[in-house]
Amino acid sequence: MSSEAVLTARDLGISFGNLKAVDGISLDLKPGEIMGLVGPNGSGKTTLVNLVSGLYRPDRGEVRLGGRKVTGLAPHHLARLGLNRTFQVPKPFHTLTVRENVELAAFYTRQEPHTAEKALEFTELAPLADRLAGSLNVGQQKLLDLARALATGPRILLVDELGAGLGPMELDQVAAKLLELAGTGVALLVVEHLLAFLNQLTSRVLVMNAGTRIFEGKLAAAAEDPLVVEVFLGG
Amino acid sequence: MFRKPLDLGLVVLIPVLFALAPLAYNNQLLLFNAMVFLALAQGINIIYGFTGYLPFGYVGFFGAGAYGASLTVMFLHLPAPVAVLLGGLTALALGLVLSPLLRLSGVYFAIASLAASEAVYYVIANPGLVNITKGPYGVSLDRVYSPEFSYLVMAVIVGLVTAVVVYLKRSHLGLSLKAVRDDPLSSETAGIDVKRQRMLAWSWSALFAGLTGAVFAWQISVFYPGTVFDPSISIFAIVFTLFGGAGTVLGPILGTVVLYGVYNLIGITEPQYFQLIYGVLIMVLVLFLPEGIVSLLKRGGANVL
Repeated sequence: MSSEAVLTARDLGISFGNLKAVDGISLDLKPGEIMGLVGPNGSGKTTLVNLVSGLYRPDRGEVRLGGRKVTGLAPHHLARLGLNRTFQVPKPFHTLTVRENVELAAFYTRQEPHTAEKALEFTELAPLADRLAGSLNVGQQKLLDLARALATGPRILLVDELGAGLGPMELDQVAAKLLELAGTGVALLVVEHLLAFLNQLTSRVLVMNAGTRIFEGKLAAAAEDPLVVEVFLGG
Repeated sequence: MFRKPLDLGLVVLIPVLFALAPLAYNNQLLLFNAMVFLALAQGINIIYGFTGYLPFGYVGFFGAGAYGASLTVMFLHLPAPVAVLLGGLTALALGLVLSPLLRLSGVYFAIASLAASEAVYYVIANPGLVNITKGPYGVSLDRVYSPEFSYLVMAVIVGLVTAVVVYLKRSHLGLSLKAVRDDPLSSETAGIDVKRQRMLAWSWSALFAGLTGAVFAWQISVFYPGTVFDPSISIFAIVFTLFGGAGTVLGPILGTVVLYGVYNLIGITEPQYFQLIYGVLIMVLVLFLPEGIVSLLKRGGANVL
């Protein structure tokens, strides 16, 4: 099974001082697969995304892309190898236009120039292409994060709470977009608090608490797992 | 690289104007110094305007270039243009040595770079090194003294640094530097090698300060360490850049012409008023016009290079 996985993480761990922020997480993602990553605030979801995307170097464990070991590589290397992400709080280049934001990503990951245009079309940001990124609202900035990630031609996309702060209509649109992406073979790891949103995307979730995995399997089964219920609702 | 006639026009026109200016105006040293400050303002523009690093110790590269060239002339007995090149490379080498400073940001970087330039100054001015640098007693380059030739070389350097800024303004490299300034983390995820891009800007910036310092040494031919490591050289060039507008090609040009002009009109006869005006000007700029006078043109709808 792991031989066909496009992303494999094994026993990832990192500590900040005495805090084990992520403690022995493993996961596999196949092309076109969507996996949900859920857990209470502070459970280590974003830290895990940071470990996989190269922002943090793990204390232990390894990350492989299609069999190639990439643990500890800088994010710009990973971006060129087809792994990208969005940020919980969007991080556009404020003083550049929307188009420049996306074009730079395509240029520095050596994609065809039209990749940037396609990413703008896909995220429906094309009409805003000449606006300064700093002038967009938060929802639009989140889409710009997504567009910029897509302009790098990713095979694996880590989506960190794209839904937070979006309205119900936007959520449905974004969910449809992510499903469309997965349909083209992109593997997605989706960090999300909004379980209804996640439910539209996938049935497979990994539940974290205090840096460890407490459940992996169907979203529906997670809702009946006593440990998951205790962590989310209090015992 | 030069997409518009204006690009090439600026790169060629400015050095040519400076080269011809002595025919119409007889204070050649003043014109030379204007070129020195223009080159330094554009050098600061490369690092500050595009990456946001404000090098208060920028004069350290200028002084390193001046001494690199002087030692080349005194000990290697090479021709002055070669010495200028080696002066530039000396500053570039100093830039590489100081590159760990780029891990700092904001005011910490500014102060650390100031401290670094002072450290270089005190090493060179140290009486213990009198056999090499002449210590505090200064150097004399009378053997290669040539005010006309050095003046023309300075004009060429002004053209080169303008070309680099135009290139940054027009290229993915310049855009990527601005992206890094806006957000280093997401620049990385956009595939940009943040450390490498910063190093490139820093190196170009150091190189031009070094070349400028080297030609300055050649032009004046007799100077002391305090002459070429004077912190007010950094301050002047920074203010010229900020006044005109960092991150543009025209900003530092306008800033240098206007402010250096004002300085020569009233700064020499009434220095105390000049310093007063200067101080007030800096405060007004930072408070009300952080993007310089070219931002007024932008507000007017002009597409500023």
